[in-house]
Amino acid sequence: MAEATLRVFRGDSNGGQTVDYRVPIAPGMVVLDALHHIQGHLAPDLAVRWNCKAGKCGSCSAEVNGRPRLTCKTRMDDLPQDQPITVLPMKSFPRIKDLVTDVSWNYRVNRKIPAFEPRPGTDWKISQLDVDRVQEFRKCIECFLCQDVCHVLREHDQKEKFGGPRFFVRIAGLEMHPLDGRNRNALLKDELGLGLCNITKCCTEVCPEEIRITDNAIIPLKERVVDEFYDPLTRMFRRIRGK
Amino acid sequence: MTANYETREHDVLIIGAGGAGLRASLEALAQGASVGVVCKSLLGKAHTVMAEGGIAAAMANVDTADDWKTHFRDTMRGGKFLNNWRMAQLHALESPDRVRELEQWGALFDRTEKGDILQRAFGGHTFKRLCHVGDRTGLEMIRTLQDRGVQQGIDVYMECTVTRLLTDSGRIAGAFAYWRETGRLIVFKAKSIVIATGGIGKAWRVTSNSWEYTGDGMALAYEAGAELMDMEFVQFHPTGMVWPPGVQGILVTEAVRGEGGILRNKLGERFMEKYDPKRMELSTRDVVARSIYTEVKEGRGTEHGGAYLDISQKPAEYVKKKLPSMYHQFKELADVDITKGPMEVGPTCHYVMGGIRVDAETAESTVPGLFAAGEAAAGLHGANRLGGNSLSDLLVFGRRAGLAAAQHAKRVSAPSMDNSQIESAEKELLAPFSNSGTESPYAVHRDLQELMQNLVGIFRTEADLGKALVELEKLRARAAKAGVEGSRLFNPGWHLSYDLKSMLTVSEAVAQSALARTESRGAHSRIDFPKLDPLWEKKHNIIVKEAGAMKRRESPVEEMPGELQQILAAD
Repeated sequence: MAEATLRVFRGDSNGGQTVDYRVPIAPGMVVLDALHHIQGHLAPDLAVRWNCKAGKCGSCSAEVNGRPRLTCKTRMDDLPQDQPITVLPMKSFPRIKDLVTDVSWNYRVNRKIPAFEPRPGTDWKISQLDVDRVQEFRKCIECFLCQDVCHVLREHDQKEKFGGPRFFVRIAGLEMHPLDGRNRNALLKDELGLGLCNITKCCTEVCPEEIRITDNAIIPLKERVVDEFYDPLTRMFRRIRGK
Repeated sequence: MTANYETREHDVLIIGAGGAGLRASLEALAQGASVGVVCKSLLGKAHTVMAEGGIAAAMANVDTADDWKTHFRDTMRGGKFLNNWRMAQLHALESPDRVRELEQWGALFDRTEKGDILQRAFGGHTFKRLCHVGDRTGLEMIRTLQDRGVQQGIDVYMECTVTRLLTDSGRIAGAFAYWRETGRLIVFKAKSIVIATGGIGKAWRVTSNSWEYTGDGMALAYEAGAELMDMEFVQFHPTGMVWPPGVQGILVTEAVRGEGGILRNKLGERFMEKYDPKRMELSTRDVVARSIYTEVKEGRGTEHGGAYLDISQKPAEYVKKKLPSMYHQFKELADVDITKGPMEVGPTCHYVMGGIRVDAETAESTVPGLFAAGEAAAGLHGANRLGGNSLSDLLVFGRRAGLAAAQHAKRVSAPSMDNSQIESAEKELLAPFSNSGTESPYAVHRDLQELMQNLVGIFRTEADLGKALVELEKLRARAAKAGVEGSRLFNPGWHLSYDLKSMLTVSEAVAQSALARTESRGAHSRIDFPKLDPLWEKKHNIIVKEAGAMKRRESPVEEMPGELQQILAAD
């Protein structure tokens, strides 16, 4: 039977190193299957997060051969097998153990975002066109791969000032909900640092749900913020009205 | 010895953060209770996220003739009349309101031409009844509940596993748990506990269930003295993926058939004509699963031992729009373009109709202060669950459990904690670290899955079930000796050694109940007793712990009031 070598990070917040494991290959096998084989036969304490193994829950994120991916959707036969396959934890989050990182910061950011609030007097009639428009943002499975790859977080570690692509997608899903009555522009500008994003589209490239994060979520939100806070006519109007 | 734990106190502690747990927490919070939610995974990753097809609710947006009575009748007929009639009635009556409420909290469903919530056809439902968002309804539901919960201020204890319920003279006092990340211990004091831990499917080899589905909640309740009911009814979803091997068991939503998908064997025959000519592919899940199994067994299966499911007669754009995640799933994992050719599918362990016995109105178990909702509870679905009735179950009975748990917490005095229970829970949890044996929890788990797959599967016999009970005893002995490598820091081998105990407990309950029920009804099929037995229509199987051992007894099905009988009799 064919075999592959997985080079997996083993360690915790104090450091660690990669360890090589030989794993038998079956047809259609994904990287998560290989990690489960290691757990079941070679290293029972190998820490890996996973749930659905079907690309629906976004738990099994890691960096495979340098690319942030869901390990449950990364086919072994799509990777070169004449060399070791490296599997490392997401770099932008503190390590807990092996492939498991501390993603709790994301949950803290989420708490800052005001939930949906219907416009008063709505009759709850919605057209399918309006549903289709926001559907894309609501597909997000919170794998946090976009957060992992975003250089504002990955290279510059601006977690205190910046919400990250995941939460711009979430806000886009709320703001473009046909019946939502709230305005989250000040939050985007001041607390979530939308301006720090310089639209390099790295997030879009890694999204397993193929959400066009930059084009469809971030840029329209930037336009909203600009319209409200930086548009010269609006500013002049505000000054006249004394606001 | 046990000063090594932190303590938290809540009026209501909810175990499980899927649809039922989150809906319960929102309701308990609305009642003014302090609420804690404990979950084994990160928030938002629970099994609800994988639900695809939709939420069944008789809103009559598409088929205007639909009403609660028809939904009630469909549910009872689908469940082969073993359902708790009051639960089926409440469920049919209340689910439209629960869906509307979800919409008011921000969930977006697909729409009709008139702008109302769109509903699709599903197996066993007379009318188009499933409110849905493409094939990712569960994701929409869990995000909506999760974000509302976060906004309303529930305390969530993520990646935390409860291993024992603590009691005070027979009533609930709290729970003992550990943090999966650090291995540190935590004790919750609570007047009410809601079990919303889902199912048990991880005890089978071919399953659509994630690692979390190890029957913890049922095992916890059983150990605390609660009754389990109708555990023999395990649903095998007819359509799981069968190829390639790594994806075997992953769910293929019933919405494929709801949208017009056709089942064929390798000879090209539309075989459902033989098994249920009236309802064809949209027959109930038990019937379709057995039909596929039989076709394969009799040599008419596909190359990889399944049936063909074909939706490619529909326009490609339609398929991609209505079944987007199925399209991607097959394209990426199986190299199959479902808009061009058929999928290969076969039965996969999916859901358990049995569970903790609860009161229909309050969701309270037989232990005061202990409630259960969703898949962990028994009653609503009887001998077979209809697709789409699960998400509505979570909302209707999640809410009822949260409400009753909060009211119970207001009524009762603070329970006292018994240190000896905490000490013994700690000892049990940490025991694998002192086991020096070579037994691996992974090996025991693999053998358990093989055993349940082969001996307690779709078709059962007395000989197989008897053998299963003997083998389970051996596995229990092996599990007790399983050792753990490494430290308490995020250690999956150690985590599994606890989950394994729960799986063994629920597996034994399933095998015992299945052995006793000498008939075939719904999802329970006995080759040696292939017919319905009218006597068994009047009996539930009850599993309870007595004097340290698992005991089974029978309990009569509650008589249905006349007006509901009339609804059932109507056509």
